[in-house]
Amino acid sequence: MDPFLTDEDQAMLRGEGSEALALGMRILMGLARATGARRMIDISGAHIDGTLYLGRASLDFAARLRDGGGRVAVPTTLNVSSLDLLHPDLFLGDDPTREAALTMMRAYLDMGASPTWTCAPYQLAARPGLGDRVAWGESNAIVFANSVLGARTPRFGDFADMAAAVTGRAPEFGLYLDRHRRARVRIDVSGIAEEARLTDEFFAVLGILVGREAGSEVPAITGVEAATEDQLKVLGAGAATSGAVGMMHVVGITPEAPTLASATGGVAPRTVRVDTDAIAHAYEALSSTGAEKLRTVNLGTPHYSAHQIARLQDLLAGRPIHPDVSLYVNTGRDVLASSAEIVARLEEAGVMFVVDTCTYVTSILPAGLDLAMTDSAKWAYYAPGNLGVDVVFGSTSDCVESAVAGRVIRERRPW
Amino acid sequence: MVSVEAIPIFPGSAQGPSLVLDQPLSWWGGIDPRDGTIIDAHHPQHGQSTAGRVLILPGGRGSSGGSAVLAESVRLMTAPAALVLEEVDPILVVGVIVAAELYPDRSCPLVVAREGYDLLVSGRATRIRTDGRIEQS
Repeated sequence: MDPFLTDEDQAMLRGEGSEALALGMRILMGLARATGARRMIDISGAHIDGTLYLGRASLDFAARLRDGGGRVAVPTTLNVSSLDLLHPDLFLGDDPTREAALTMMRAYLDMGASPTWTCAPYQLAARPGLGDRVAWGESNAIVFANSVLGARTPRFGDFADMAAAVTGRAPEFGLYLDRHRRARVRIDVSGIAEEARLTDEFFAVLGILVGREAGSEVPAITGVEAATEDQLKVLGAGAATSGAVGMMHVVGITPEAPTLASATGGVAPRTVRVDTDAIAHAYEALSSTGAEKLRTVNLGTPHYSAHQIARLQDLLAGRPIHPDVSLYVNTGRDVLASSAEIVARLEEAGVMFVVDTCTYVTSILPAGLDLAMTDSAKWAYYAPGNLGVDVVFGSTSDCVESAVAGRVIRERRPW
Repeated sequence: MVSVEAIPIFPGSAQGPSLVLDQPLSWWGGIDPRDGTIIDAHHPQHGQSTAGRVLILPGGRGSSGGSAVLAESVRLMTAPAALVLEEVDPILVVGVIVAAELYPDRSCPLVVAREGYDLLVSGRATRIRTDGRIEQS
């Protein structure tokens, strides 16, 4: 059944505004029919994931929309691209790819979107709040918006996010609706020792387990007494990597889950207990090798926050990076600017900052690289497929110690 | 012959040998659009080719970049002949819709088989009808 359309929606669909509005509305109509949405709603903002050059189709779409008169109708931020515009020499890909990626970036700017180029738009000064309905792409940002900010966005993919941005409309489906925000699976971690439960790497590994257990359902995690925004960020990023998770409740911490009952709406969920063995196993499974020879360390997937950059400075404690190792920190240009003093000191120590993009989605790491280390479960999960490298996953502290020593060092974990 | 009634989310007729995936798949980071191979190192069917297959899978997962990579697969004619999902995945749905907008001479029909999904198996000649019916010999 077709959704209810207002007169304005119908005019857009008929092409009375512009070709771009008609194309946008056709995409939203297809999405509405597929998801059973009953009507279109207004959105107050958008975050566009389609900014990474993924071949000509991604460029053809942006050009079609721009040439059809597309302009964003709501404040719109942009996800990572394929290029670091502040450090252009970092890109090692071929010239045709560079040109195509640049052309695509320009198309989105031509349509009025902000040049934020970050996968962590929730680290920008303006971010949506409780109950705001937005259209966000980028799987980790979607989880953060719904779970931590209490804003509302279903899992928008490339193209659909921009269709929503130009029309200012979205089909009312999925996580826009109360009933789809209720937890159906409870993931209990109270059986894990407290010293393990408070570490950053616990949250990263737990995320991968949560995604696997929850699939496309909303999980409620119980047994977490405290978590920083950075820890919730890596938890959500992991869950949205191994699963189709668009929202999670962390009971007692996230805004729609003061209690388990409020997270589930009172319906008893199935319960999965995560024990120390499961965490230890998932932690090891994120490494594809036990080799020690190290060439590169990659931090900041999702983009590092100002707090994480400050912590890196503390962990490095003035020591230089080993000459055989490249240590990359992926972050947003806004965060880079706000941390300028620390960044300058870290650059002196040999740290390389990457903005606007990320080292696992584009050609930045040198060719012939065989072993990379990371503190990101998401980076560890995707890099073997994307880059063909072996990966060692470790804590941020392990990554820093390894980068200084020039070989892989991993402390015994508390699990 | 097995016949399953599915919902034609993006209707079309198609045929090809079937491949049933044991787990959901993220198209971005999961498929190489140059040849349709599964590159997700954590997927149980890592290394298998999806090009030209009637691909039967529980749903999507992972990256929201899946729409663009699926559209690129359609452009390069390395996409599956059709997608049969157990559960609607908005990211894959938008990928096939936009691919058809950009490249009208190519398409990847997408159907959702909520009932009868478990009857479908790998390695059979499989036909998708425009009304959504799936037939396996």
